[in-house]
Amino acid sequence: MIATTASPTTRPDPRGPAATPAARSAARPPTWICPECRTRHSLATALAQLYVCPSCGLHSRIGAWERVRQLADPGSFAKWDGELAAADRLQFVDTRRYTDRLAEAQERQQLPDAILTGAARIGGHAVGLAAFDFGFLGGSLSAAVGERLARAIEHCAGARQPFVCVTSSGGARMQEGVFSLLQMAKSVAALHTLAEAHVPFLSVLTDPTMGGSIASFAALGDVIIAEPRATIGFTGARVITQVTYEELPPGFQTSEFHHARGLIDHVVERPALRSTLIQLLRVLAPAGAATGETAA
Amino acid sequence: MTGGRPRPAAAPDAAAAKAAWDHIEVSRHPDRPYALDLIERCLSDFTELHGDRQGGDDAAIVIGLARLGDRPVGVVANQKGRTLEERGRRNFGMAHPEGYRKAQRLFRLAGRLRLPVISFIDIPGAYPGVAAEERGQAWAIAQTIEAQLTLPTPYVAVVIGEGGSGGALATLLADAVLVLEHAFLTVASPETAAAILFRDAGRKQHAAAALCLEAENLVRWGIADEVVPEPPGGAHTDWDATAELLRPRLEAHLTRLVAAGADAAARRERYRRIDGLADAATRSAQA
Ligand SMILES: [Zn+2]
Repeated sequence: MIATTASPTTRPDPRGPAATPAARSAARPPTWICPECRTRHSLATALAQLYVCPSCGLHSRIGAWERVRQLADPGSFAKWDGELAAADRLQFVDTRRYTDRLAEAQERQQLPDAILTGAARIGGHAVGLAAFDFGFLGGSLSAAVGERLARAIEHCAGARQPFVCVTSSGGARMQEGVFSLLQMAKSVAALHTLAEAHVPFLSVLTDPTMGGSIASFAALGDVIIAEPRATIGFTGARVITQVTYEELPPGFQTSEFHHARGLIDHVVERPALRSTLIQLLRVLAPAGAATGETAA
Repeated sequence: MTGGRPRPAAAPDAAAAKAAWDHIEVSRHPDRPYALDLIERCLSDFTELHGDRQGGDDAAIVIGLARLGDRPVGVVANQKGRTLEERGRRNFGMAHPEGYRKAQRLFRLAGRLRLPVISFIDIPGAYPGVAAEERGQAWAIAQTIEAQLTLPTPYVAVVIGEGGSGGALATLLADAVLVLEHAFLTVASPETAAAILFRDAGRKQHAAAALCLEAENLVRWGIADEVVPEPPGGAHTDWDATAELLRPRLEAHLTRLVAAGADAAARRERYRRIDGLADAATRSAQA
């Protein structure tokens, strides 16, 4: 298992609504209900299938810790930037205080903010790994998320290790206003250090990757991979329909839609994601950086 | 970064909401000077260039060559329409991917010819349309952000009206950022923000107040360098006077940046340093 200081890595995905109550029941084995087709599966099956529904193929949203469990070599992950957490620069209050929303998300997701970053090995290749957590305020871009992202990127540039970022983000965090908007610039500024060091950036887009996230760092991967049927785009389909009354083409804003238009290199099913990354890292990882290569 | 929000931590009251909204109304006044009106009055010898050289010419973004005082510059601007026909042709100032690529062309051109760049921002937001998404609007914006952060020459931006979302960011990331008195920069339009935050687009005034959209806040936070005053009542009352107030500030900042040898590395550092983190959080992270 992966060395972590927070939640156990076998912890069910927080977005699996049935998992937690079921897990508390001693009488029955814990279950997971697919949020798409509502089929009930054993939690053991869901974990073994990487939360891809055996019935309908949905690549369900998973938390950052589960993503790390799926991609990193066992025991290889060491997280960066401790407790660096969001701040309430605007002292923002909408229907609730932003600080209350933050505290609740931190408790529920066992993360300081909506991204987890750290050093990892993938198939023996040393990388910097970032995973967004959609369950944390929609994986939105706070100043702390942008700062964590930038530091992870710069660490990779300095160590000449590839940067792998798995995005699951609704885009900007409204409660941080213009500071959130400018994280787009911050992340792209940081990415330039990778370019200068000739270090590759592998961008993995998962459901959903929207708004400011796809319009900045996530779109600038040297290689861009997406999970099947992920929703990816700048403006959400509902807003487009409300504003323009336009009819949406079939498969609008899916991974496959963008792949067909030359915007994404590959659509890769979750069970093949790790081996796909390893194949790319064999080619792209700077010479000598890969040690102790293990089987995928 | 110093200072925070000047108001206490509570939902904005009606008076605060009204005050914040007054700026938005002025920035959207139908007689407000648009980019070409100010380009004509602040610059000389303006020659518009057309097309992204990749198959499109998006009229929502104007690029060209001109002089600011004695200095040759490249120009990139969001352009709204004045008449019904022009509004349609310019898509209310909201670019499609061809427009962002046209901006990239200007940044490349300016880099090659060693021209400083002046940009004028006036965009309600990125365009919420099917065609923009189909042709990779998000990728186009990301690449335009990158183009600004690698531009080797000095770069001054001025927000002249609306500065909405990622669409504004595509021509904002300069070495000096000026904001007209009633202009604003926002993560989302007040209407969109209200729909998300209050589930009620009608609470746009409260959203504007909660987002602290007043131009002076951008200076306080180190995001903008200067608020440029408008004539009494707003820029729509006197376009010439607006340009007379703006031109010397553009010249002053450009002269300063040229003398300082502003370059892409310093610009990247500026945007890398945008924090938005509370001082305590930053300190503990650096400790
Ligand atoms: Zn299913």
